Amino acid sequence: MKRAKWLVPTLYILFLLLPIYWLISMSFKTTNEILGTFSLWPREFTLNNYITIFTDPTWYNGYFNSLTYVVANTLLSVSVALPAAYAFSRYRFLGDKHLFFWLLTNRMAPPAVFALPFFQLYSAVGLFDTPMAVALAHCLFNIPLAVWILEGFMSGVPKELDETAYVDGYSFWRFFIRIFIPTIAAGIGVVMFFTFMFSWVELLLAKTLTSVEAKPIAATMTRTASTSGYELGLLAAAGTLTIVPGAFVIYFVRHHIAKGFALGRV
Amino acid sequence: MIDKTTNQRAWFLVLPVVVLVAFNALIPLMTVVNYSVQETFGNNVFFFEGVKWFEQILHSERFHDSLLRQITFTGIILLIEIPLGVAIALAMPKRGPWVSVCLVLMALPLLIPWNVVGAMWNIFALPDIGLLGRMINGMGFDYNFTQRPLAAWFTTILMDVWHWTSLVVLLAYAGLSAIPDAYYQAARIDGASSWSVFRYIQLPKMKRVLTIAVLLRFMDSFMIYTEPFVLTGGGPGNSTTFLSIDLVKIALGQFDLGPAAAMSLIYFLIILVLSWIFYTLMMRNEEQ
Repeated sequence: MKRAKWLVPTLYILFLLLPIYWLISMSFKTTNEILGTFSLWPREFTLNNYITIFTDPTWYNGYFNSLTYVVANTLLSVSVALPAAYAFSRYRFLGDKHLFFWLLTNRMAPPAVFALPFFQLYSAVGLFDTPMAVALAHCLFNIPLAVWILEGFMSGVPKELDETAYVDGYSFWRFFIRIFIPTIAAGIGVVMFFTFMFSWVELLLAKTLTSVEAKPIAATMTRTASTSGYELGLLAAAGTLTIVPGAFVIYFVRHHIAKGFALGRV
Repeated sequence: MIDKTTNQRAWFLVLPVVVLVAFNALIPLMTVVNYSVQETFGNNVFFFEGVKWFEQILHSERFHDSLLRQITFTGIILLIEIPLGVAIALAMPKRGPWVSVCLVLMALPLLIPWNVVGAMWNIFALPDIGLLGRMINGMGFDYNFTQRPLAAWFTTILMDVWHWTSLVVLLAYAGLSAIPDAYYQAARIDGASSWSVFRYIQLPKMKRVLTIAVLLRFMDSFMIYTEPFVLTGGGPGNSTTFLSIDLVKIALGQFDLGPAAAMSLIYFLIILVLSWIFYTLMMRNEEQ
């Protein structure tokens, strides 16, 4: 029984990798092979799908657009959430509990509800079809999440740290930036991981708020799938490339993630 | 718990967050409320209609059906993902080089854009060119998720389990790794069975992370749109048309602003009430 324990995660990981393998293997196949024969691995190995993506601006610009708004959103969410989470973890103030719950309710708002009003709002302020619009719109669910997780991390830091610093003559901002932020660095890593993740994977709002100029890669994929017929190989290659930034980010925070979770909301 | 001091100036620290979220939440919400009580025939001319749209939605067969499908779907995936996630977290290695490998590989599905998840499962499950479709048909089942509602449900649920169980695993694993070794040693001295170790040590310690996991999975699965939309398009027929898919069909497809807005508000309210229940339960846990 004890010996067989490793089997459970192994089988689970195999189950996780199987569809990903199928996607990757399809991205190296020609359209003929995909539709004509059934093969477990690419028989006529081709890189054409990737070459198309890297040479066609409508494809690779999609990646730039997506990465631009995701990075902008992550930085924006974390930098405004840090002081707010500090306030929630250290002070009692008028309406604090209601405010906290109100913030959380926005994490519960289905994006489908907001799709149309967002379109009108961002058209009205002239941001429609810019990466900035998506970066701002994703704040709707990312800021509440960031505040929520950061508040948990900060509550784990004893208040004596703050008090000692103030006694030593630190101003609030100097203490906050020089001492406090380095103390919860692991927490910030975890939060950035989550904000990156939720902004990168969201499509409904990103698609609604862009048309040509700032089209995210995921939306480029749906368009190509419908207009140029059944180019599954190209679709699979584009899909494979969307996994890369995510894999990179996970690898980057892999040490923090277990430790970070444990430090935070546990 | 930290004892907090009262300081109204803390509002200044919260202000940027409030402004940004209010811009994104209050203005659109007001727009929705505005539409929900009016009728329009275009040209920006509106007539006040009162609660007509709300009554229409609450009495519509179509809304009841999608709500029922939504609740069934959320119920099933919670029942599968939470126990499965806990079981996998329990079986994971506690330390050593394999921990990182496991965590990285398991987190992978979480970082794939949702429409890619849908597209990936589409080509994975297609009965003619997909690996899964071929496998199931090879076992003698007549499986075709684009034509049979049951197969469509099976595929959608399997996709969601694939996509989100890792979140439960990560949270549960974090909860487990926070348990000091001394607890386990004490249990071993007492000769406790592995079931009672789970029941009296591991489960209580995981209570809080599991509440978060349930809350997150409940909210996200209740809002699910992109993955089933790409995978099945809500079909065959309407068999996998969940609330969000239905809402987008009404709002952007048929451009029925009034009914769509009313449905949005009802939808939001349902999530809000259920989440509030979870939230209060969570807070009560914390006080104990």
